[in-house]
Amino acid sequence: MSNLVFKPAHELATLLASGQITSVELTQAYLDRIAKVNPAINAYLHVSADGALATAAEVDRRRAAGETLPALAGLPIAVKDNLTTVDAPTTAGSKILEGWVPQYDATVVAKLRAEMMPILGKTNLDEFAMGSSTENSAYGPTGNPWALDRIPGGSGGGSAAAVGAYLAPLAIGSDTGGSIRYPASMTGTVGIKPTYGAVSRYGLIALASSLDQIGPVSRNVLDSALLQDVIAGHDKHDSTSLPSGLGSMTEAAKRGDVKGLRIGVIKQLQGEGFQAGVQARFDEALEQLKAAGAEIVEVDCPSFAYAISAYYLILPAEASSNLAKFDSVRFGLRVTPEGNPTIERVMAATREAGFGPEVKRRIILGTYALSSGYYDAYYGSAQKVRTLIQRDFAKAFEAADVLVSPTAPTTAFKIGEKNDDPLAMYLNDIATIPANLAGIPGISLPIGTADEDGLPVGIQFLAPAKEDARLYHVGAALESILEAKWGSGIAKFAPVDTLAASEAN
Amino acid sequence: MAKAELMDYAKALEQFEVVIGLEVHVELNTKTKMFCGCANEFGSEPNTNVCPICLGLPGSLPAVNKRAVESAISIGLSLGCGIAPTGRFARKNYFYPDLAKNFQTSQYDEPIAFEGSIDIEVPSGNSYTVGIERAHMEEDAGKLTHVGGATGRIHGAEYSLVDYNRAGVPLIEIVTKPILGAGDEAPELAAAYVRNIREIVKALNVSDARMERGNVRCDANVSLRLHGAEKLGTRTETKNVNSLRSIERAVRYEIQRQAAILAKGGSITQETRHWHEDKGITSSGRPKSDADDYRYFPEPDLVPVQPSQELIESLRAALPENPADRRKRLQADWAFADLEFRDVVNAGLLDQIEEAVTAGATAQAARKWYTGEIARLANAEDKDISELAVTPAHVAELQGLVDSGKLNDRLAREVLTYVLAGEGSPSQIVTARGLEVVNDDGALNAAIDAALASQPDVLDAIREGRMQAAGAVIGAVMKAMKGSADAARVRELLIEKANA
Repeated sequence: MSNLVFKPAHELATLLASGQITSVELTQAYLDRIAKVNPAINAYLHVSADGALATAAEVDRRRAAGETLPALAGLPIAVKDNLTTVDAPTTAGSKILEGWVPQYDATVVAKLRAEMMPILGKTNLDEFAMGSSTENSAYGPTGNPWALDRIPGGSGGGSAAAVGAYLAPLAIGSDTGGSIRYPASMTGTVGIKPTYGAVSRYGLIALASSLDQIGPVSRNVLDSALLQDVIAGHDKHDSTSLPSGLGSMTEAAKRGDVKGLRIGVIKQLQGEGFQAGVQARFDEALEQLKAAGAEIVEVDCPSFAYAISAYYLILPAEASSNLAKFDSVRFGLRVTPEGNPTIERVMAATREAGFGPEVKRRIILGTYALSSGYYDAYYGSAQKVRTLIQRDFAKAFEAADVLVSPTAPTTAFKIGEKNDDPLAMYLNDIATIPANLAGIPGISLPIGTADEDGLPVGIQFLAPAKEDARLYHVGAALESILEAKWGSGIAKFAPVDTLAASEAN
Repeated sequence: MAKAELMDYAKALEQFEVVIGLEVHVELNTKTKMFCGCANEFGSEPNTNVCPICLGLPGSLPAVNKRAVESAISIGLSLGCGIAPTGRFARKNYFYPDLAKNFQTSQYDEPIAFEGSIDIEVPSGNSYTVGIERAHMEEDAGKLTHVGGATGRIHGAEYSLVDYNRAGVPLIEIVTKPILGAGDEAPELAAAYVRNIREIVKALNVSDARMERGNVRCDANVSLRLHGAEKLGTRTETKNVNSLRSIERAVRYEIQRQAAILAKGGSITQETRHWHEDKGITSSGRPKSDADDYRYFPEPDLVPVQPSQELIESLRAALPENPADRRKRLQADWAFADLEFRDVVNAGLLDQIEEAVTAGATAQAARKWYTGEIARLANAEDKDISELAVTPAHVAELQGLVDSGKLNDRLAREVLTYVLAGEGSPSQIVTARGLEVVNDDGALNAAIDAALASQPDVLDAIREGRMQAAGAVIGAVMKAMKGSADAARVRELLIEKANA
């Protein structure tokens, strides 16, 4: 098997641009590895071999003809299966959409096609992105490349596992409460949730419209920057998309530096409840940043105590309405019950059969939260908490340029371990949710492995809205500090018999 | 469906005070739909004006039609409303197969226009001020056709077809405050109010305003209470009232029906009711309570609509004259008697007469044409006057030909029928058909002499001052010349002869 698959995306882009490798060669290498290891890890729900190779061949032909091509032309990519694609089924991890091939491409998918990036396939996720372990997928769980019996995080476990297991150099994820950053942390990869509105949501099957944000998944900071520069920008089809761009993330990633940078440690997101090995790596990273010239300060965000409660009212409320369209009338599954099949009974039977338990739980919760007589107490109060959290951030960003916390309280747990306890599951996102409630950008990147289990630990940086560049700035700086210390990337620590191990071992 | 027991109308009004409330939905005539680029077109093949957005496909998002927002603001301003500097859309959640997303994107607690009023004159000449609670933007649903079964309704149907062409068409819902004090004129007021709304949106050119196509739809709320009672009675909401006449009839029917129930000590069920035009009755629809739970919440897929003050002021400056003001102005300009003017208003002829006047006709002449011969011909063809091929310019031209003596009344009426038949303008028809009045003295004198030959006493009679005797000769001349004689000239020539 070709060693090409282990190379970072930015290197591959250079090799492609200079004609040292062909896109067909590279795409085929990924397809070969997918064919070999995907059955074990279940990162892809659908592999688009023919489509990817056709794009690759087109890139090679045009490059050979001397045409100037986009920067990432020919570089393959994986797409989370909650983005619509006209040439591949889009399931959102749900039975209710099994076999549905959309009539239109998501804006982000259209941008990938315009960039001429071969789309390798669609990656697994918790059903409708509801979950933090990818165990809620109707098509089976995804394994963690570091240990296949562990969760890769969620909801975007498929995209993180695909990148972490070298089944794609880059992937697209979506982050509603941490669905890009949490899996990145679990799999030793990099994930960014851009500022709300930086990337168009058109074609993203909505979970919670006011929280959803599409972003890049990669194995290093620069690779994510390259991808964010491709997918970001205003879209007239998404009225919540920002009217103007945020500048070049690639430039920011190339200027990684923390000298004089004020880094605010969030008091509420460390210590109690955080695994010892996670806390240890986090503290070391802060020391490294300090040694590199950053100023470390502590910031207080008291309203974060209510973040999860508010999130689990706002998200289900919006989701209950967003998911109402899955009624069997125009697309997707239709179940006709025995007896007199009235429209109400067909809709009910379809939704009963098509939705999994977590989806039903949240629809019921959200329906209740919006009900007359309860609206003010639940949805209304949650929106107030949201405002308070935004104020906490505003105040914290007066004292610090970026904020920092571990991405998650623990390393990856075993598949099935938390299935009986939804509340424990919800706590995985304690550090990532506040950014979604405030609409600000966040990055997770690996800072080593926990001593007790050898599994990857992630650090999260947060920046004020529209200051995504700061994340690439600080992320690239820390990454280079750590890689200098390790003498290589995080994969060095992966046990040799795992999918996360590269040629570095 | 049995006709309910009704109380005599006058008796009902003696016992009860009538309170009505009107919700009018105006379908805008924007080129595209409210939230997507699909054509807003009536009568297309089913499910051809559709896209991922108005079909509510997974992943699609709405984007607000700017023209629809401007139309909403113009309507609001015309009704004297305040315009919200910022307003969010809201989702109204309920499951129904004509609603692609199973929620309607509407406005809830932040309507774009609020707190207005409009003066409405009813046929008696009385005028009432109707308070406007709000006007808000929303999207229309698709159209269901229930196949099989006896009623054409969903229950009992074998299957149903959904046409999403109408899904997402922009609507403005205009809601009045409770209207009190109209007494026995409440039904007329309801109809006059809707007529006014139609006139306003037509004048603004924001809607085709054709009720028969559902461009303007009215739901009429009616409740009764004993005179002097403080609390409003329980209301019914009659839907599907799609002509001005129906609105008046439906309100009157509900007053009589509710009065009969209340007088017997019964109580009114809060419900929607359906109007049946053929039978002239309302029937019970679904129960409706204030607790209907649509789980409204702010639409997170859309940013708030924030019209700038400049936009609002430019739309205000561009508003056409208010229909009530216009009526006052026109009646004064035209010097019509009240009764004449009311006839013209009730027949919906203001536009035509105004245009004919602009084209050079006198107001009285235009009125006579439109309320007379043209109305008769429209009636005979069972058409609306606006559907006839005669334009106000034609009317002005026709009258000009009469005034200049080129046509007499009889010829002018004949020319009109050819205009209706599409033969061209009155002048073209006169030329093509050679219909001009003959006022060549030679030809007229010959015809007069022929007529006098059989009525030799006429000249003596004229000399003695009995002018009515001239009529017989004039009639004979007209007959001989097949109506094309200039009667005035014949009369003059006859007098000359008598005095020669």
